[in-house]
Amino acid sequence: MKRKLFGKRLKIQLGAGIVILIVLMAIFAPLLAPYDPYAQNLMARLVPPVWSEIGSWAHPLGTDNFGRDMLSRLIYGSRISIIVGIAAALLSCTLGAFLGMWAGYSGGRVEQVIMRLADAQLAFPDILFAILIVAAIGGSALNLIMVLGLSGWTVYARVMYNMTRSVKERPFIEASISHGAKAAYIIRQHIFPQLVPILTVVATLQVAQMILQETALSFLGLGLPPPTATWGNMLAEGRDRMWAAPWIANLSGLAIIILVWGINMLGNGLREHYDPNSQGRM
Amino acid sequence: MYAFIIRRIMTIPITLLLVTFVTFIVLRVTGDPVQIYLDINATAEQTEILRQRLNLDRPLIVQFGLFVADILRGDFGDSLQFATPALPVVIGRLGATLTLVSTALVVAVILGVAAGILAAIRKDRMPDFLLSALAVAGQSMPSFWLGILLIQLFALDLRWLPTSGMGSPLHLVLPSLTLAAFLLPNFILITRTAVLETINELFVTTARAKGASEWSIMFRHILPNAINPVLSFLGLQMGRLVGGSIITETIFAWPGIGSLMIRSIFQRDVPVVIAAVFIVSIAIVLANLLIDILQSLVDPRMRLD
Repeated sequence: MKRKLFGKRLKIQLGAGIVILIVLMAIFAPLLAPYDPYAQNLMARLVPPVWSEIGSWAHPLGTDNFGRDMLSRLIYGSRISIIVGIAAALLSCTLGAFLGMWAGYSGGRVEQVIMRLADAQLAFPDILFAILIVAAIGGSALNLIMVLGLSGWTVYARVMYNMTRSVKERPFIEASISHGAKAAYIIRQHIFPQLVPILTVVATLQVAQMILQETALSFLGLGLPPPTATWGNMLAEGRDRMWAAPWIANLSGLAIIILVWGINMLGNGLREHYDPNSQGRM
Repeated sequence: MYAFIIRRIMTIPITLLLVTFVTFIVLRVTGDPVQIYLDINATAEQTEILRQRLNLDRPLIVQFGLFVADILRGDFGDSLQFATPALPVVIGRLGATLTLVSTALVVAVILGVAAGILAAIRKDRMPDFLLSALAVAGQSMPSFWLGILLIQLFALDLRWLPTSGMGSPLHLVLPSLTLAAFLLPNFILITRTAVLETINELFVTTARAKGASEWSIMFRHILPNAINPVLSFLGLQMGRLVGGSIITETIFAWPGIGSLMIRSIFQRDVPVVIAAVFIVSIAIVLANLLIDILQSLVDPRMRLD
């Protein structure tokens, strides 16, 4: 068999490298950012980046419509995306893994209720939920985490449900039951450890999805209200200045795609590592 | 076959009841409904009228019953920005959204399935590597940035296509490409996986042994068996499709339900928001029903479940 052009090891290293860099950038934002991301300087509005003919090193990535430094805003903007992405993925992972394993192990009525609920939620995508929430109580980081976290559980529930059902049939579970083990013990000690690898892969890929969702909601004005520096907000502001200052939208877009691509690489590499037979790279 | 479809249809009211329940909780229980429906400058008289209209003095369970009854009658209240009933306002925008979504779906399915087949039959070689890399990059691409890049290139720089709005078929090109690009990466990867899983089946070997052409093997033996995962996936993607079309409509000022919804939030026009949420949910439910029926036509095993 021909060697893969782009193996799992390279994917994991590249993906983890990008993610770690951006997380460090988010943590040390106050040390790294050359300016206050909210400081307006109307004398330096719409300064183009340094590679343009009239750009300067004073603002390496230029400034926005209020003269705020783009580099500083991009550095600070990573914080919201990372916090919301990870917190929402953790919330939905906990909820979905618990419900999925419960449904898969119990079967019967519990399974019917949980899995039908997951089906029903297909008709109510997170963006509609977010629209309702914002219409009712407004946008904030906590609301974003709640909306994305509560909507995202079905992905985990479906995966964990199917995996639990197949693990449940294995002989060591039967042995454990015959020794009088309780359901909660079996799930905790025997089933959950088997499912950790796949859960890690799904959760990693879901963090990427959550970040894309967060930036999309911010872009639509359903996230944190301006002037908060988030990549989605910055892209929305850049949209109105596409002709005069394309760098505002394009640099924010670039930041999003680098982070999300890094997480996707990491997730795909992990999947190939845990499941070498998988044909897919979905 | 009919029993399968009828069983499927029976679950629809439950789904819609759940949507109603969530809507009710968010609007009536999480905060003060008066503040949600009216702005801060509302007079005491306006507040009193609203209280009566929403039956806020009744117990919650009664309120919910009346809420459901209103929705069953198609009465979502009057739109504040248009001063007409909310439901017709939303339905008037349905055509534009359906045009956009169906064009994008056709583009995404045709391109995605073709690229997925190509990647599968050239597995681990250049076409597979390039298409898979492109698909993963596409999955990481925020669709709203893609839309903006397309506007910059084709509308502002080259001046080939209009920036936004609806009218000529040219207006449809950029929005439908943006929305299609949103789904395309997943279609490529799912088709690739599904074809690869089928390609080693015994019936494929048999067909090849009997001298069938590669073309006939792909389209008569592999694809009909590989298409079901693609269809299931399409059903699971309906939510993302809705999100994508709301974003696309907003970027390109496409006069559909998505841009109406976003505008209504900022106008604090809650009746229109609720009506739109319901119409979209119903559309997703019907689309999933259609997919199930299609799947059971393609694969008779589906009907047993």
